[in-house]
Amino acid sequence: MGATVLLAHGSGGLMARELLEGLFLRHLGDSELHALEDAAVLDPVDGRLALTTDSYVVQPLFFPGGDIGKLAVCGTVNDLAMRGAVPLYLTVGFILEEGLPMDDLERVVASLAATAREADVRIVAGDTKVVGRGAADRLFVNTAGAGIVPPGIQISARNARPGDQVLVNGAVGDHGLAIMTQRHGLRFESPIQSDCAPLSGLVQAMLTACPSVHVLRDATRGGLAAVLNEIAGQSRVGITVHEGAIVIHEAVAAACEVLGLDPLYAANEGKLVAIVPGDAATTVLDVMRAHPLGAEAAIIGEIETAHPGAVVLRTAFGTQRLLDMPAGELLPRIC
Amino acid sequence: MNQGFRAQAFRDPAAAQRLIDAAKGAARKPIAIMEFCGGHTHAIMRYGLRDALAPEIRLLSGPGCPVCVTDDSDIDLAIALGKHPDITVATFGDMVRVPGTGGSLADARAQGASVEIVYSALDALDLARAHPDTNVVMLGIGFETTAPTIAAAVRAAAEEGLTNFFLLSLHKTTPPAMRAILDGGEVHVDGVLGPGHVTAITGADAWHFLPVEYGVPCAVSGFEPLDILLSVRDLAVAMTERRPAVINAYRRGVTAGGNAVARQLMAEVFRSSDARWRGLGVIPASGLDLAPAYAAYDARHRFSVEAAVSAGPSAEARGCRCGDVLRGVIAPPECPLFGRACTPTRPIGPCMVSAEGACAAHYRYGRSLS
Repeated sequence: MGATVLLAHGSGGLMARELLEGLFLRHLGDSELHALEDAAVLDPVDGRLALTTDSYVVQPLFFPGGDIGKLAVCGTVNDLAMRGAVPLYLTVGFILEEGLPMDDLERVVASLAATAREADVRIVAGDTKVVGRGAADRLFVNTAGAGIVPPGIQISARNARPGDQVLVNGAVGDHGLAIMTQRHGLRFESPIQSDCAPLSGLVQAMLTACPSVHVLRDATRGGLAAVLNEIAGQSRVGITVHEGAIVIHEAVAAACEVLGLDPLYAANEGKLVAIVPGDAATTVLDVMRAHPLGAEAAIIGEIETAHPGAVVLRTAFGTQRLLDMPAGELLPRIC
Repeated sequence: MNQGFRAQAFRDPAAAQRLIDAAKGAARKPIAIMEFCGGHTHAIMRYGLRDALAPEIRLLSGPGCPVCVTDDSDIDLAIALGKHPDITVATFGDMVRVPGTGGSLADARAQGASVEIVYSALDALDLARAHPDTNVVMLGIGFETTAPTIAAAVRAAAEEGLTNFFLLSLHKTTPPAMRAILDGGEVHVDGVLGPGHVTAITGADAWHFLPVEYGVPCAVSGFEPLDILLSVRDLAVAMTERRPAVINAYRRGVTAGGNAVARQLMAEVFRSSDARWRGLGVIPASGLDLAPAYAAYDARHRFSVEAAVSAGPSAEARGCRCGDVLRGVIAPPECPLFGRACTPTRPIGPCMVSAEGACAAHYRYGRSLS
């Protein structure tokens, strides 16, 4: 198969076949995929179908706590879970840059397959393209996902109501700072690990305990601050969050001090914001804390009628200020 | 990061209130303190210290944002370099969004100029190594804090014999700018909050001219709220007792003599030059050009690129008052564009672009809920 990906691997000829059978199908074992048909034909499903797609272009491809393959499964599974759906199927499309080491591709595919098994989701269709050097940055992945929303579940960013409580399933900023510190060559005694994880299991446990969860959002790009602002805007409510209640790992806080960044704006890949009726908050919190991906869950704020559309942060310093939408990408300070 | 440093210990609300009360109590008359550094402006706004200290103590933002003080003409030159077919411009990220006279590096990149964002000068070196057929020009932006790492990259390029790595040095040094503001006499400054990171390199002695020549005390400060409040209190006491001095209120980071290794490196690679500052004009001996021994790495020498003639009105022509903000003449909300035509998403002037800019800090933390 060779040590690097060549343009011929995308030709549709014998080398493409070799790459498919020698690498992709060895890791991805679903019978629909192995049938090598033009489309997967799936059993009828009972209930409302949730459908989503996302593309993954992260650099570096490998980072502490994850890689682009794991991310490509988690991101799409989590988008389904944030509507209350039980994820069932994924499709995967790879765009490979000529010259990509075959070992790197194999690591990514193996990780993607392992994460899909962990999330209990079937990869039923796929595609690979190879582009010339410089036309892509090593490896891009697109995944699309489908799932079923159980009856009675109505989750939407428009559903936050005054009196609701705001919960997060753990510490924020880990993924963003894992990537950022690796790019910067900043070393800590134990490197900051990305929180990249499929949240569908946690969400199903939460919804079993409290089917009336109003809003779920994963706090990816833009971090906690962006998600809270989106919810405040879409639900036309005010949100107040308490800085002291937000969990931030010590290494993340330290790295943010060095780089001049705010962890509330840093990306997460395994953190969700849940907005639940006030009387259900402690029940949901207990369920979250009992799950491995929610051990550090906390109630961080509440929904209000005042200041609709705005998020107010009550600081640990005793002051309060607007927690704004991030304006652009996170950039370390120069001075 | 110092061993054992715990940020929360420097954010204790009760200790902060005691320092605020002590500072206000020490001020016999209303006093004005200029914080030189954009990092200080950011922390002051984030923790609401400006309001907490008013009206007895007024905090004025100074020119300490490296991106903000970069002149239009220098940005135009960087853009012209990026449009050159054989050149890739490597720059810190904040810089790409700052408008020159006819657009920003980001605009130029969208039109095909080769502009790469790097996180350090060493990344730019890697870029040059990985692309031997491309000339990589690093934009040297920053004060004494970043200049040593850029100097290290230039020296590494020389030692390695890299022939495709160049520097466009737009570096500036801070004491001459502080002097220019005081000489200008537009703003009354009773005391100066000295930049902690800069002074970690230069040493606190670099600010002795403030008390000696101007009778203005200077407190070198860290960036946590209690660091800043401690410095403000010490300044208020020094003013009241009429004992101007340089006070080192950031002993965990700053010494009298500074970082000898970094200063030696800067002395070897750079030489002092005149520099044009946005809002302040040309300030003698406030810039850092490459020393003659490193002239081969100077992008200005190597490439005879003329900055393109303006394609549109400059920020100033559109009503931007960044120059006045950088001299402390007005506070950001006094600019008619602030928060209306000029926001972090659609900035007109550099002080709204950079995370260290005074306008960005005021916009992000200073707006009320009404």
